[in-house]
Amino acid sequence: MMEITLSHYLILSTILFAIGLVGVLKRTNLLMLFFATEILLNAVNIGFAAISRYYGDLTGQMFAFFVIAIAASEVAVGLGLLIIWFKRSGDIDLTSMTSMKG
Amino acid sequence: MFEAIAFYLFAFLTIVMFSVTVFTKQALYALTALAAGMIFISAFYFLLGADFLGAVQIIVYTGAVMALYAFGMMFFDTTRNVKEYGRSPQIIFLLSGMIALLIVIIFVVPIVSENITAIYPVIEGVGNSQAVGMVLFTKYLIPFEVAAVMLLVAMIAGIVLAGKKMDYSLTLMEDEEIKLAEESKEKALS
Amino acid sequence: MEFYLYLALFSPLVGSLVAGLFGARPKTLLTGLFTSTLLFTALVSSTILLVHILDGGDIIHVELMTWMATGDLYIPFGFVVDQVSVVMMMVVTLVSTVVHIYSIGYMDHDKGFNRFFSYLSAFVFSMMILVMSDNFAGLFIGWEGVGLCSWLLIGFWYHKESATWAANEAFIMNRIADLAMLIGMFLIYWTTGSLQYDIAFAEFAHVDVETLTTIGIFLFIGAMGKSAQFPLHTWLADAMEGPTPVSALIHAATMVTAGVYLVVRANPLYDLIPDVGYFIASLGAFVAMFAASMALVNRDMKRIIAYSTLSQLGYMFVAAGLGAYWVALFHLMAHAFFKALLFLGAGNVMHAMDDELDPFKMGGLKKHMKWTWIMMTLASVALAGIYPLAGFFSKDLILEVAFVEHHYILYAVLLITAMMTAFYSFRLISLIFHGTERHKQHGFHPHETYTFVLIAMSPLAILALVAGFLFKGSYIEMVTTLLPATEYHIHSPIVFWIMTIGTQLLVGLSIAYAYRKYEHAKIDKKIEDNFFYKLLINQWYIPHFYEEYITKPYRELSMIAWKQVDLKIVDASVDGIANIFYKTGEATHNMQDGNLSTMLRWMVAGTAVLLILAVAFTTGYLMLLLAFIVGYLYVNRLRREYVR
Repeated sequence: MMEITLSHYLILSTILFAIGLVGVLKRTNLLMLFFATEILLNAVNIGFAAISRYYGDLTGQMFAFFVIAIAASEVAVGLGLLIIWFKRSGDIDLTSMTSMKG
Repeated sequence: MFEAIAFYLFAFLTIVMFSVTVFTKQALYALTALAAGMIFISAFYFLLGADFLGAVQIIVYTGAVMALYAFGMMFFDTTRNVKEYGRSPQIIFLLSGMIALLIVIIFVVPIVSENITAIYPVIEGVGNSQAVGMVLFTKYLIPFEVAAVMLLVAMIAGIVLAGKKMDYSLTLMEDEEIKLAEESKEKALS
Repeated sequence: MEFYLYLALFSPLVGSLVAGLFGARPKTLLTGLFTSTLLFTALVSSTILLVHILDGGDIIHVELMTWMATGDLYIPFGFVVDQVSVVMMMVVTLVSTVVHIYSIGYMDHDKGFNRFFSYLSAFVFSMMILVMSDNFAGLFIGWEGVGLCSWLLIGFWYHKESATWAANEAFIMNRIADLAMLIGMFLIYWTTGSLQYDIAFAEFAHVDVETLTTIGIFLFIGAMGKSAQFPLHTWLADAMEGPTPVSALIHAATMVTAGVYLVVRANPLYDLIPDVGYFIASLGAFVAMFAASMALVNRDMKRIIAYSTLSQLGYMFVAAGLGAYWVALFHLMAHAFFKALLFLGAGNVMHAMDDELDPFKMGGLKKHMKWTWIMMTLASVALAGIYPLAGFFSKDLILEVAFVEHHYILYAVLLITAMMTAFYSFRLISLIFHGTERHKQHGFHPHETYTFVLIAMSPLAILALVAGFLFKGSYIEMVTTLLPATEYHIHSPIVFWIMTIGTQLLVGLSIAYAYRKYEHAKIDKKIEDNFFYKLLINQWYIPHFYEEYITKPYRELSMIAWKQVDLKIVDASVDGIANIFYKTGEATHNMQDGNLSTMLRWMVAGTAVLLILAVAFTTGYLMLLLAFIVGYLYVNRLRREYVR
């Protein structure tokens, strides 16, 4: 219990991931959806860092860096699009975007 | 002992913060909780000896990403509650819980962990930042450059997308006002 | 010399292609003249080659290019001009030149004038490939080429139901035989490793008799189809639906003799299997008599001549089957001349009588069509085998062969057939040209055809007259360098003279009888009610038999295959597969409601399923079962929710 092992970190990572997943599924506001995505990415990053530590391998940290880079660019482009959409419709709720209906 | 206390404390804090982010109806609460959660996550990196990653986490998320969000928020009416049309929370929790369980199974049942060998082992005798730099600029040089280009592209894209018609609000102004504003601008240009 | 070979081979092709360019245009005389000129060029080239070979020149063997070369299989486009093929080339080019010029007159008012010449020249090209090829594969190309052109030309007046039917009949019957021929060719390749004549024939000496017999039989079935031997004979009479020049060229002089040519060409094979040869001879004799019997009573001018062709082909097969290949080839040549002449004469008569074919409605045409009368009579005399015309030298020779080889039954059959031949030939001549002018009641105004047409026909007439006694000597000398040079002489001069004079007398009597009986063209009711008459006029009920017992059951089988197999099994399964997708799409399309949230949920559901599978495959199959159940429940719930 007092010894913190890899499993502890992985379980934490998984719990955070699950929270993020709940957010992704639950939220219909686009901004909130972005928040949830960030949670997902960070949850994974914890896992990477932990594995990197416990196996003495830097690859995990490298991946965490790239994940952060991707998250940053995703936010930049995503927010740009979000603003455009908001200017168009005055609403950022997903339920109003159904132009892709099959 | 210290490590264990720190781990449980930050684990509790991150879970709470992220839960707030996910479940709150106030956009500002969510934003603040997310920022807090990000900083708490960096604590794990420090605990894991990934000092550089922790620093990057704080800089990128609190510094850059949250600033971006704040900018984004300016466009929205954040005083009101976020309206959401949620449907059947059971399924959501069931699915998420299930996936979490499965991932735990995958990691805890020693399927993956058995075969891991260090490809780029931690370099002894140097600090974490130095070690990261050595790997990043040798083995991961090309991905690093590509990521840099990607960030540049994303930046330009963000500017172009958000910067259009920055000088008037499409939501608060009436259509005619916008039209008038555009016309006057055109006149000024010509 | 190679130049002349290529000239002879390719000038018909050039003519055909050029005429084909004008195919859809209205009549242009130029196409007729152009193709005829090229055909004449081919004739001249062939003649030069013939002279070369006659002078004892070398056999010309060229290889134009490689056609197939894979592994051990090597088939070139090789052509050979030897003593046999040069005879065929002469026959083909000569008759086709005459027919081309004749057709300019005959097809004068036809809308498809240009098309006709294109087909006709294409036929000649195919026939040249057939006779000149130095291997079985090339022969087969020509074989199929003439089949195709025959189909095109029989069905030339395609707006006529009967013409298209006859064309298809000929084509299908030939396909049946060609299948056997292909099998024969495969067997040759299988046993000898080559399709080149010289290599394959040299190898045959080391092959066991059973295999050779099989090969011989299969090749002969191919020959039976092309030469319309029993039981594949019905198409030839029906092929008379085509224009008359076509009948003269294809269905009398050249294409139908391709079967005989094949047997002659494959003589080293048939020499090794005398039993098959004897079968060929017997079938030939049977067909000779069988066809002649149908010609006795028929009331269609062209059909009578067609049956006569069939009968003469039977003669050729008798000779070829008994090993007298040069005799068969000689009769082939002589027959080509006088039979083509007979057909062309019949064409003149048809032209004069507005395409009337029943000789009982003619009579007395001698007055109006003097030259046609002379030529047709000449051809008929030649056909009957009266000295000194061509038929005597070739046909009586076949009788002698049968006698010398001690096949007295065959000899008797052929002798009777010779009498029948004389009878029906002169029955026709008598009905058409002599007696009272019955056509007047039907309102015909017969007239002689164009002079240039008659001039074009004259070479054939001259050849029918003199081909026998002028060319026989040099022909034998030339051909026997390649073919087995067996002499057929009846040793006792008394027997020889008795036989020759006896045959001549019998034939003469038949002619006289035919003249007497049909001069007044009385239709004898009593004979028409006779059982044998009915049997013969209905062609021994063979077409009827085919219709009843082959065509109809086949049609019913096809109906079953269509209604039961195709519609209910094949179509149904294809439609079923399509329907599965269609229904799936129908049932699930409201999943795609365009909402990102929904898509995310589906994505997560998919991830869950994949994770389940990952876990299941690594931990055990019990989990897999569980996973499926859980997954199914989820998906079902999700679906229900979105349907709502």
